[in-house]
Amino acid sequence: MMHPDDRPLLEVSGLRKSFDLSKPFINRLIERSERQFVKAVDGVDFTIQRGQTLSLVGESGCGKSTVAKLIMGLSRPSGGSIRFEGTELADQPAGKPAQLRRRMQMIFQDPYASLNPRWRVARIIAEPMKSFATHPDPGKRRKEVDRLLEFVGLSAADGDKFPHEFSGGQRQRISIARAISTKPEFLVCDEPTSALDVSVQAQILNLMRELQRELGLTYLFISHDLAVVNYISDWIGVMYLGRLVELAPAAEIFAKPQHPYTRLLLDTVPDISMVNRDMDRPAGEVPNPITPPPGCHFHPRCVHADARCKAQMPDFIASATGHARCHAVQEGRLSPIAERAALRGAV
Amino acid sequence: MATSTLARVWHSDLAWSFRTSKTALISSVLLAIMFAAAIFAPQLATQNPFNIAELELWNSELPPFWVEGGSRQFLLGTDVQARDVYSSILYGLRLSLIVGFASVILAAVIGISLGLLGGFLGGIVDAAIMRFADVLLSFPAILVALLVNGIARGILPPSQHQDAAIYVLILAIGLTNWVQYARTVRGSTMVERQKEYVQAARINGISGPGIMFNHIMPNVMGPVLVIATINLGMAVLTEATLSFLGVGMPATQPSLGTLIRIGNEYLFSGIWWVVIFPSAVLVALVLSVNLLGDWLRDALNPKLR
Repeated sequence: MMHPDDRPLLEVSGLRKSFDLSKPFINRLIERSERQFVKAVDGVDFTIQRGQTLSLVGESGCGKSTVAKLIMGLSRPSGGSIRFEGTELADQPAGKPAQLRRRMQMIFQDPYASLNPRWRVARIIAEPMKSFATHPDPGKRRKEVDRLLEFVGLSAADGDKFPHEFSGGQRQRISIARAISTKPEFLVCDEPTSALDVSVQAQILNLMRELQRELGLTYLFISHDLAVVNYISDWIGVMYLGRLVELAPAAEIFAKPQHPYTRLLLDTVPDISMVNRDMDRPAGEVPNPITPPPGCHFHPRCVHADARCKAQMPDFIASATGHARCHAVQEGRLSPIAERAALRGAV
Repeated sequence: MATSTLARVWHSDLAWSFRTSKTALISSVLLAIMFAAAIFAPQLATQNPFNIAELELWNSELPPFWVEGGSRQFLLGTDVQARDVYSSILYGLRLSLIVGFASVILAAVIGISLGLLGGFLGGIVDAAIMRFADVLLSFPAILVALLVNGIARGILPPSQHQDAAIYVLILAIGLTNWVQYARTVRGSTMVERQKEYVQAARINGISGPGIMFNHIMPNVMGPVLVIATINLGMAVLTEATLSFLGVGMPATQPSLGTLIRIGNEYLFSGIWWVVIFPSAVLVALVLSVNLLGDWLRDALNPKLR
C-alpha cells in the first residue's frame, strides 16, 4: 500500500471532450450534411503531485479552459478518467460528491463576471462554507469570512459591500477568498490574472504563491502568458488543438524546449537574449478545429514536418526533458538548440 | 447606516434623473394622490355608495355643485340612483387599482417563473413555453381576456358571478399579460446562466433551483420593474374595457369602467357628469402610470444616459 502522499493528488488520463456542432436533424436531412463534432480535448494525460503547480499553456481555443471545466465537473467528459486521490470524478457532476468537491475549488478568469453583482461580498464568500456545511453556524461563518477577507489583503468591513465597489484586483482577491473558504487542497485557476493590469497581476500571483506556501495548495494553472506561467509553475504542459504536445518541468521547458510548437511559443516572448537565435517561425494560422489536419495537428505550420508527420499522429512519449508528441524529436531530426537564457525574473 | 443608505439613494443616478424630470415628478404626484384617495376611500367619501340605506332617491340626478341645481353635499353630482359620483369614483378607483395591481403581480409571477425555467433549462421545456407564448401573443390581449373571462363564468354557477367577478378579472388579465415578462426574463436568464458566477455556484454544489432563484433571478429583475409599471396602466385599461363591455365588475361593485358604462347609458339625457368624471380619473391614472413607466425605462437604459 502506497502512502497517500506518494501518489499524485490529481491523475488525468485519456481525457476527451467533443462538442456536437451538428445542425438540427431536419437541416441535415435536407442539406445532406454530416454530423459535425469538434474535439476540444483529445486525449490529455497528466498528473499533479501534492503541493505542486502544473500550468497548461496554449493559444486560444486549444482546449485548456475545457480541461479545467472537465476537472471541476462543469462539463461532462466524452471519455477518459479524472482521479482525485484515486477517486474517479469523470462521471460526477459539479459539486458531487460533496466531501470531495469541497477540497477542489476554482478561480475564474473574469473578476467582473465571477462574483454575483447582486450579492454582498460576505454572502459570496460564505456560500461554499454554507453549501458544503464546513461552517454550519452563521455566526462562526461570518467570523471566518472576516478572517478570510483579511487573509487575502482586504478588510473585514468589506464584507458588507457589493462587488461593483471593488477594483479588478480586489475582486480577484474576493474570488480567491471564496475559493479557499472550504479549506481546499486543489485549486484550478483559469487565467486568473489575464483580465488584470500588469502591476496587479504581480500582486495576485504573489498572493497565490503565499497561499500555496501557507496552505500547501496544489494548483492547476491555465494561462497563455508565458511570463506568468514561468513565475508560478513547477511543471508546464503545452497544448495544441486539444492535445498535449509537451509536458516537462518548468525550468527544463524554458531552457530546452523540445516540441517545435513550444519553441514557437517561446519565440513569441520578447527577450533581448534571443537576438542571435535561430527563429523557427512557421507560417500559417491555427487550423479549424472541426477539421484538424491529419497526422500531427501541427504539421502545416512546422518547418520540420515530413511525410510521416502528415500521415501518422505521434505518440506522447518520453523526451530528453519530459514528454513530447513529435516525430522529429523522437527521431532526433531537430537540431539541438542552444540553451535559452532562463526567463526567471521576467515578472 | 440608515442615513448613509438614504444619502446613497438620494445621490443615485435614478434619483437624480427623477428629480430633474418634470414628467416623472408630475405623474408621480398625481399617482400618489390617486393611491391615497383609493386607500382612504372610506374616510374621504361623503357617502357609502354601496349602502342602499344611505341613498335618498330625491337626490338622484343632481348636477355638480357649481351647476345650477347642484348641492354642496354632492360635489360632483349624483347618478340616477342618487349615488354620489365623487364617492363612487373613490371606491371605483380602489377596485380598479386592486384589479390592476393583483393582475400585474399574477402576470409577473407566472411570466418570471416560466421565463426563468425556459431560459435556465433550455431545450424542449424552453421551446414549449416560448411557442405557447408566441401563440398567445398572436391574439389581441382583450380577446384572450374575454376568453378566460367567458370560460371562468361558464364554470362558475350564476349565483357566484357577482362575488367572483373581481377574481375572474384578475385571472383573465393576469393570464393575458405574462408573455412579455416571460420573454424578457428568458432572454436575460440565457445571458446570466453563462456567467462565471453561475459556474462558481455549481462548483459549490448549489442545486438548479437554488441557482435559478438566488443567483439568476435577482439579476434579471431590472427590466421586469419597467414592464410591470407600464403593464399596470394596461391592466387598469383592460379592466375598464371589460367592465365597460359588461363582463367585468357588476353595477353593485362598480370599478371606473363600470361607472363609465353606467354613465354612458344616461349621457343622451343630459346627465354628463356621471360619465365625464370617472373617465377623467381613468385617463389621468393610466396616463400617469404610462408616463412614469416611460421615464423609468429611459432612466434605466444605459444607452440613453
